[in-house]
Amino acid sequence: MIEAKNLNLYYGAFHALKDINLKVAEKSVTALIGPSGCGKSTFLRTFNRMNDLIPGVKIEGDIIVDDENIYQKGIDVDRLRKRVGMVFQKPNPFAKSIFENVAYGMRVNGISNEKVIKEAVEQSLKQSALWDEVKDSLKKSAYALSGGQQQRLCIARALAVEPTILLMDEPASALDPISTAKIEELIHELKKKYTILIVTHNMQQAARVSDFTAFFYMGSLIEYDLTKTIFTNPAKQQTQNYVTGRFG
Amino acid sequence: MTHLEEELKELKQQVTKMFVLVHSQLEKSYLSLQNLDKDIAHEILMTEKRVNALELKIDLDCENYLALYNPVAVDLRYVLAVLKINSNLERIGDIAEGIARFVIDSSTTFSNELIMHTHTNQMFDVSLKMIQDAEDAFINEDTSLARIVFKQDVILDNININANNNIINFIKNNPDDLEQCLHILSTIRKLERVGDQAKNIAEEIIFYIEAKVIKHSRKL
Repeated sequence: MIEAKNLNLYYGAFHALKDINLKVAEKSVTALIGPSGCGKSTFLRTFNRMNDLIPGVKIEGDIIVDDENIYQKGIDVDRLRKRVGMVFQKPNPFAKSIFENVAYGMRVNGISNEKVIKEAVEQSLKQSALWDEVKDSLKKSAYALSGGQQQRLCIARALAVEPTILLMDEPASALDPISTAKIEELIHELKKKYTILIVTHNMQQAARVSDFTAFFYMGSLIEYDLTKTIFTNPAKQQTQNYVTGRFG
Repeated sequence: MTHLEEELKELKQQVTKMFVLVHSQLEKSYLSLQNLDKDIAHEILMTEKRVNALELKIDLDCENYLALYNPVAVDLRYVLAVLKINSNLERIGDIAEGIARFVIDSSTTFSNELIMHTHTNQMFDVSLKMIQDAEDAFINEDTSLARIVFKQDVILDNININANNNIINFIKNNPDDLEQCLHILSTIRKLERVGDQAKNIAEEIIFYIEAKVIKHSRKL
């Protein structure tokens, strides 16, 4: 169960998220859409408490992940981020080999059994549809990979620590169409095992990859429904204006 | 107005042109039938080429719009509706052409008595009114007017149902007019289909504006 309850977020005096209530469907893809500054990325980052790192941020309300309010006192944020993986707009591999990039999360989590790590690296690279392309060059620097491959490597890195939720902040916006298609296909495969939240500015991408879509505007959740409904017959005029490109 | 809205406006203008053209074709077919005016009938055949060309243009515009703009929601419904409206209008154009061919093939003037007796004149009037209402509903996005189109179709259906008996009775009294009776019976069948096409168009207008599918449904 993943849910935002009466969620309000402030950056200093700026009210960035206004009373958001949203239940995310498990093992499905939920797209967060809306114009720049609407709060969609801020909302995404509340699920792994990335906003905690921003000075002056104040959060009210609850985010429930696996029946636990992740904003309650005593939550182990490192453990949370293991459960809630994140993929960013630009691929950000470490200056390490392909193998070590994927193994990194396990090593920092105290796993030292090389056999276990090797199996997990292979498994993660297979899940991220990169294995066939890199299996013979695992010791090469991650920087030798193309942008699309680097992004799939980052997804593999996130999967290696066995999260249940994947947050993706415009994961394909810096990629060419073929790499984008691979990432989208990967998202389609990954939702069988993971709950995925994706922020995208690409309306067609939201329509193609997601099962549910949440439309944000000026910090408010305007409409949340099946993606098919949002893109064929949204209930709110504001949503219709946005998805048809008439504002935003 | 955005570039995208201009494209949609242009598409609407093309469809409106198609409505006007097809309405005029059917109106002329009525005139040519009433007066056995073969000149008008030939004019209809010539203009049918324009109807076909416009149908292809609208289809191509829709294809381009879908490929280039990836419309969603009301815009997607609009383009899907236009594709079907276009196809239905073209068929009405074919029907007008078919009636014109009866006029060209006919050797004698159609008897006024036959036209009145079979209510063919009323069928033409109702069909033309249905097309006009569908056009106005499309231009003004008026779904209540689109719903009126459905009600008018009942009149055409009733005339069509009684057509066989009416024609049989007429032939009994006028056995020499067999050829024109057959042409009039075919014309009635064609006009009944015009009603169906207009109804289909009205359904598409309601689908695009209200996002309601009323095809195969009794609920309006």
